[in-house]
Amino acid sequence: MYSQGLIGADGRTDEDEAFLAAFQERIDAEMKIEPNDPMPEGYRKTLVRQISQHAHSEVIGMQPEGNWITRAPTLRRKAALLAKVQDEGGHGLYLYSAAETLGVSREEMTDQLLSGAAKYSSIFNYPTLTWGDIGAIGWLVDGAAIMNQIPLCRCSFGPYARAMIRVCKEESFHQRQGYEIMMTLARGSDEQKAMAQDALDRYWWPSLMMFGPSEGSSVHSSQSMAWKIKRFTNDELRDKFINATVPQAEYLGLTVPDPDLKWNEERQSYDHGEIDWDEFWRVVKGDGPCNRERLRNRTRVHEEGAWVREAALAHAEKRRERAEAAKIAAE
Amino acid sequence: MTETTPLWEVFIRARNGLNHKHAGSLHAADAELALQAARDVYTRRGEGQSIWVVRSSDIVASDPQDKDMMFEPTATKIYRHPTFYEIPDEVGNM
Repeated sequence: MYSQGLIGADGRTDEDEAFLAAFQERIDAEMKIEPNDPMPEGYRKTLVRQISQHAHSEVIGMQPEGNWITRAPTLRRKAALLAKVQDEGGHGLYLYSAAETLGVSREEMTDQLLSGAAKYSSIFNYPTLTWGDIGAIGWLVDGAAIMNQIPLCRCSFGPYARAMIRVCKEESFHQRQGYEIMMTLARGSDEQKAMAQDALDRYWWPSLMMFGPSEGSSVHSSQSMAWKIKRFTNDELRDKFINATVPQAEYLGLTVPDPDLKWNEERQSYDHGEIDWDEFWRVVKGDGPCNRERLRNRTRVHEEGAWVREAALAHAEKRRERAEAAKIAAE
Repeated sequence: MTETTPLWEVFIRARNGLNHKHAGSLHAADAELALQAARDVYTRRGEGQSIWVVRSSDIVASDPQDKDMMFEPTATKIYRHPTFYEIPDEVGNM
């Protein structure tokens, strides 16, 4: 979701040219970089930023969907949604581990999320008002995430690429369960069909924003491309997503809420209407519909869970001391 | 109190007959919790029959800086490979 993690990424680096050239040579030869390998500080910082914000997105992303677990319409839907939300938590954990290999601690990352210093994907600051939104999130949000994450499986940094391979395998179930929900609604009563259309209307544009703004000739972006942290521009990925998704909407008999959407024969791609980047920046900077609620929940859960973490550590310490004492007594 | 919870490396055997293979890492207070967390985080879709968890701090790793010293010498010892030896075709498969 996740190229947003590169917004404002500072790839500046102080190493000498010989070091950078040798590093670039390895990257160009498609050699993976592993945690203890020499790497430019800018490469390390950019990855810590991107991977940790990706992890935060997975964890915060549990909230909008978790909102509907108790109200899922059938047991089948409930079991699937529960499994999906559990997967998102798991994805967060794979990603935090990958970031930790770069020398940042889990505690630091958590602090950055809770203090607002680190961001997460803008999409999770939108509310899930109806069951249709759960369908739209699986279909559109996870669909957009897959577009972003598939090229990340070839990211030059080994632990991130490996985590992405696991995530992508699981993500495909997410998108299919979302599309199935949309299909059921779209084939249902007039009211259900209207619910599906309304969810598409509200989630379409925020989903397109997930890819981040056009980079133009952004220096940061081209550095990330050269280091093979990302492989495609935001616009390229957005186009791929639109091209894949529009026919799926047509199959559902739903209308994509963009009057300017038109197939461009020459580009072999859809042209789309203007994206409201003011809205995007408002949401990124904290003024989306749910930013405060999301962080408030995350902070509350972190604080309320503190005693569990402390008790587990105290218990482990007690067991260790007893084992030690028993060993000494036996000697 | 912000005591850090120890880091563990997780190894999973997908099925009997295969090696345990590194799957990733996680934080847990003790071995029992590490095993439970490994089950939840790394085997949600039947990926494993058996799990090992090892404290990351107990792993001794070679230094990538020493890579050449450690591994380069084997590159020149081509006589360790079967293809180094020429056996006439008449002898058959060997």
